[in-house]
Amino acid sequence: MGNVLKIILQRLALGLLTLLIVSIVIFVAVNLLPGDFAQSILGQGATPEAVASIRADLGLDQPPVTRYFQWLGGVLQGDLGTSFAQANFASFTGTDSGATTVAQQIAPRFANTMFLAMVTAAIAVPFSIMLGVLAALYRNTVFDRATNIFTLSSISSPEFFLAYILILFLAVLNPIFPSLSNIFEGMAFSERLEKSMLPALTLTLVVTAHMMRMTRAAIINLLASPYIEMARLKGLSPMRVIVKHALPNALAPIINVIALNLAYLITGVVVVEVVFVYPGIGQLFVDSVKIRDIPVVQACCLIFATAFILLNLTADIMSILSNPRLRHPK
Amino acid sequence: MILWAVIALVGMAALAWVFRFAGQSVTGNAPKFRDMPYGVAFGYVLGAAALLWLIWAYTQGRSSEQAIANKFFFLRIAIEGFILFAIAAWVFRVLGRSVGTAWSKKMFRSMPLTASFGILTIIIYAIFAIFAGVIAPYGQEQIIPGVAANIVPGGDPALGGDPEFYFGTDQIGRDILSRLIYGAQNTVGIAFATTLLAFFIGGTLGFLAATLGGWLDQVLSRMVDVLMAIPSLIFALLLMTIASVWAPQLGIPLTVFMVIIIAVIDSTRVYRLARAVGQNIVVMDYIEAAKLRGEGLGYLVFKEILPNATAPLLAEFGLRFCFVFLTIAALSFLGVGIQPPLADWGTMVRDLGGFVNYAQFAPLAATAPLLAAGAIALLTVAVNFVVDWMLHKSSGLKE
Repeated sequence: MGNVLKIILQRLALGLLTLLIVSIVIFVAVNLLPGDFAQSILGQGATPEAVASIRADLGLDQPPVTRYFQWLGGVLQGDLGTSFAQANFASFTGTDSGATTVAQQIAPRFANTMFLAMVTAAIAVPFSIMLGVLAALYRNTVFDRATNIFTLSSISSPEFFLAYILILFLAVLNPIFPSLSNIFEGMAFSERLEKSMLPALTLTLVVTAHMMRMTRAAIINLLASPYIEMARLKGLSPMRVIVKHALPNALAPIINVIALNLAYLITGVVVVEVVFVYPGIGQLFVDSVKIRDIPVVQACCLIFATAFILLNLTADIMSILSNPRLRHPK
Repeated sequence: MILWAVIALVGMAALAWVFRFAGQSVTGNAPKFRDMPYGVAFGYVLGAAALLWLIWAYTQGRSSEQAIANKFFFLRIAIEGFILFAIAAWVFRVLGRSVGTAWSKKMFRSMPLTASFGILTIIIYAIFAIFAGVIAPYGQEQIIPGVAANIVPGGDPALGGDPEFYFGTDQIGRDILSRLIYGAQNTVGIAFATTLLAFFIGGTLGFLAATLGGWLDQVLSRMVDVLMAIPSLIFALLLMTIASVWAPQLGIPLTVFMVIIIAVIDSTRVYRLARAVGQNIVVMDYIEAAKLRGEGLGYLVFKEILPNATAPLLAEFGLRFCFVFLTIAALSFLGVGIQPPLADWGTMVRDLGGFVNYAQFAPLAATAPLLAAGAIALLTVAVNFVVDWMLHKSSGLKE
């Protein structure tokens, strides 16, 4: 087991290193902006004194390397900086309007996005594994082909097309779910669930295809192995052969692809959140991009990258743990 | 509602049993029915029920009562469209089997219907994209004088349409049909150019890394690792924010920045593939022979490696094009991609999206955003079908 622990620790260290470099990339990218925040906040007619004062306030007069470490140190302590959005800018000029820090702005939205991702995962994972098992069981039949065409179409459509189709059929023509997901704090769980149903269904359509195809392929790969033939010759039913004998051995690639798709979920929510006006981190990100609220953009980017790297890391470690050949490298 | 669903399920379960039993009795216990598991029988009944429901819904869509017809209007269009596409694909395949060279005939003979549908769609899109200026009745930015804004598609004056503008006009009175056609040129053209650029960058660097190895390979690969650790849409949005500040200062259109940004981000994936394929080729004897002949690096990459890596790169090109196309559509939909007044499908969906909410009373009004979104979906689905078929064919037709 010591060997496994070593590999996992190595991967974790590599992940942390990647994250560090990603943070540098993000920081450098943001610093490519011409001029600086102070100038763009105050506009053309600002007096040099005012600009200098704000620059000192934000630490913009420091050299880039110092600023990077200050930013990184802040991030590690949970301080993501202060939003530059117009409403929040008031605090700099002394008129306090309950200005929020970036962390305060992001925290509740991050929770919302996680909620959406979890609801989606709860629907999509069982659904796609079931579809995959059925497609493997009835391979090369009409059912298999229909599933193939359906999933291929849904994965290759843009998210907003799927979203509008779902709105059309499930919200407008048949009012089953609300088309706007106005979620707020203190909402009952059932109501929250109902409001996030359409975005969750859209995301389900997006991620199902990949997981289902992987499940099908992994199972079919195993069907030629001798122990499956043995199970068949024993006279077990095809369903039992697949669920009891093939599926457990096919779990490694399936778990891997599930983790990868969850990583996609965290980042793929942007468009879906915008369509449904879901108050998640993706929408905040797009809004901040539009008004060029750099600290928020920076922080969101870092959070997305962290989630992405963590889930990829999980997929990596899972596949090592479930594969003896990787667990005991020669 | 739930009660009805349960009753229907129980009814179908019973029907499945009856169906299998009847099959066994009528055919004198033919193997097909004798060995049929209950699940399969249930599947047949479920499929039949779904088919019956679709037929019923279609007749509802043709109902003379307006409210009911409105409710099933989109289902009707979907069914009609599906059948129409299937017939078109079938006719196209029959044509392909009888016309053309021996090679193309052979190709069409082994082609599934989905692939022929894909090829037909791609050809039609290409025609629209290339000849947009000739086909489109109006200019893409042209606000036609004396024409109202928001004319409903369908061309029926009683429903707020205008036969002159069959697909209606948008919020400032531009012809939607013309914008859709020009959208093919802009959206598809820009996506195609971006993919080409991504392949040029990623392919060249990947082959170079595979051929030269050493520190160049290490540096490039680690850079690509880092870039791939940032989710691509997020990274694209971040860079677009920065580009949107630079663009007006440098006087370069934002679209050019978008093409470069997306091409660079996507070239990382191409690099990975090109490097992996290249490494397999570099160890071949003929490369060794070419090196001994004293051939230069350019000759090695373009004359020896590239021709042998065409097949996997071509399939990747199709997939990459889909990703790039969807990324551009998503960026435009979010408002930071292709900029107005250029006609673009993603932007059109965003601008017209609100009309979906009128579907119950004015189904025709709701078709406008769906047309643009559907145009995107149709092309990516078509390309995916073709790539799927190509991959299946090159994998040796196994399961």
